[in-house]
Amino acid sequence: MHIRNTRDFYAGLVFLLFGIPAMVLSRGYQIGTAAKMGSGYFPFLLGGLLTVLGLVILLRSISRGEGRGKEISFRAKQTVLVLSSVILFGLLLRPFGLLLSTLILVLISSMASFEFKMKVAILNAFILLIIVLIIFVYFLKFQIPVWPSFLTGRT
Amino acid sequence: MELLSNLALGFQTVISPQNLLYCFLGTLIGTLIGVLPGIGPVQTIAILLPTTFALPPVTALIMLAGIYYGAQYGGSTTSILVNVPGEASSVVTCLDGYQMALKGRAGAALTISALASFVAGCFATFLLALLAVPLSELALKFGPAEYFSLMVFGLIGSIVFASGSLIKAVGVIVLGLLLGVVGTDITSGSQRFSFGISELADGIGFVPLAMGLFGISEIIKSLEQREKKKMLSKISGFWMTKKELKASAPAVVRGTLTGSLLGILPGGGAILASFISYMLEKKISRDPESFGKGNIRGVASPESANNAAAQTSFVPLLTLGIPPNVVIAMMAGAMIIHGIQPGPRVIISNPELFWGVIVSMWVGNLMLLILNLPLIGIWVKLLSVPYRVLYPAILLFCCIGIYSVNNNTFDIGLTAFFGLLGYLFAKLECEPAPLILGFVLGPMMEENLRRGMLLSRGDPTVFFTRPLSLAFLLMAFAMLIIVAVPAIRRRRKDAFGQEGEEFPKK
Repeated sequence: MHIRNTRDFYAGLVFLLFGIPAMVLSRGYQIGTAAKMGSGYFPFLLGGLLTVLGLVILLRSISRGEGRGKEISFRAKQTVLVLSSVILFGLLLRPFGLLLSTLILVLISSMASFEFKMKVAILNAFILLIIVLIIFVYFLKFQIPVWPSFLTGRT
Repeated sequence: MELLSNLALGFQTVISPQNLLYCFLGTLIGTLIGVLPGIGPVQTIAILLPTTFALPPVTALIMLAGIYYGAQYGGSTTSILVNVPGEASSVVTCLDGYQMALKGRAGAALTISALASFVAGCFATFLLALLAVPLSELALKFGPAEYFSLMVFGLIGSIVFASGSLIKAVGVIVLGLLLGVVGTDITSGSQRFSFGISELADGIGFVPLAMGLFGISEIIKSLEQREKKKMLSKISGFWMTKKELKASAPAVVRGTLTGSLLGILPGGGAILASFISYMLEKKISRDPESFGKGNIRGVASPESANNAAAQTSFVPLLTLGIPPNVVIAMMAGAMIIHGIQPGPRVIISNPELFWGVIVSMWVGNLMLLILNLPLIGIWVKLLSVPYRVLYPAILLFCCIGIYSVNNNTFDIGLTAFFGLLGYLFAKLECEPAPLILGFVLGPMMEENLRRGMLLSRGDPTVFFTRPLSLAFLLMAFAMLIIVAVPAIRRRRKDAFGQEGEEFPKK
């Protein structure tokens, strides 16, 4: 097997990754009839369509193509740093409050840049903290925990 | 005249101090964020959507519309001053705008772009007001079969003008539709694809999806390269010379007309309008060689076209309930969050909202004109903020915004997931824009399919026997055929080729 078009190959794979489980899961819902569709009817159709499309894209990328086997330049470091800074923000917000999670988000995400400097990132974090407190907490009055829950006693 | 009384109602709505204030804030903040390179209207609306939740629906929509054309205008400023498109629809503005800036005519380029946008915006708003009533009356006659076929037409339209592989674009749409059905099924009340996660019972949030696909993935993409030193050109002489004014006036008219038309078509919108009008202008010019070297028409025409298209693309949303492009899909999402189902009924059930938003576009455009010229100095300052400081701030505002939608942290994780998906899509050359359209239309499509089939007692031919429904399906089919024809495919590649990754890094 020779992959002619790496991009299409993986795109097909991604579609299959969503399409097949969608079909399988829809079988578990009520399918119903064409006149009286159950909750599984439309998702099953979509899952099936996505699976077929995924397969066609996948097969085409193997059998023929313009010979674009060029490697995909996927930047793992940047992706991991940016995404994990966002996820950590979400995980830390409730238990540790906005102050701490903001610092973590800014510091970790800043590391993804080629021009990363610790001093700049820390300074940036503190400035942003002040901006966020003024705009979102003071003016817009967003319901967002500011302090760690073990200090305020709320959960 | 009914039109006049309608417009008067709109003015009454807009003129309230609160609405004026938020219209102003929307255009101002929209421009502010739109100026930042890489952040266009979609991202701007996604980031600022949560800030409108506390407002009444009319005010919120007025502000969001302001954010939209503000961001659009801000993008042009970036294109002209630093040769980096602030957003996709101002890519063409880079070509001649930056060249003008290099020649010391940056001021004139900014002025014509503001004026052209204003003229186009006025005309398009008028057109929108004119078309709204008849179109929504027509739409009220639609049955479920017509609606279903119309949505098929709209979705196909959105991929015809998308760049890249057609079949992958169809896949992206289907995935969007599929994501749209996650959550509680309205008809039966049963859960679908929610995996026992209570946060998914209400479906996937629109904000996390949009912010992940467009905001977060864009940041990761931008971090792939080192920062370039941005060259800011000096700004002097805001007013245009008589010669420049004379040259650009007809270009503005042509751009406005092209843009107004393309904005209404599904899949059209601001990006396509700016490209087409630029090509048109170059084609009919007596001196095509001067384009790309600082011809003022090359700024005037696309700038008027993208603004006209931005306004007229509200027509299908407000009258038919079908968003013709991504930005409008964002607006549809915002309307639904505010409890208004976009469609022909809006004009009857919420006339003050409908006409208020339309008139606010005109007022907002006027504000843009007055606001932007004196504030250019501030935009220039903003542009000199390095990206390494900027993107953590964007991430932070995104996260806080997402959290505040439902006060839950699950959505933040979901955003990260869609951020990854968006980045993957970029790497695999799948355009993410149709996904949002599918996502917004998914539940509506299912409902109309179900109702249509129920009425026809399970006979699928109902979609082909009702004349209007058949017409929509035939048009959708025709569009697919047209795109599949190799010659047009190549041309499509040409039009979008400049938009590719290489472009901004010159």
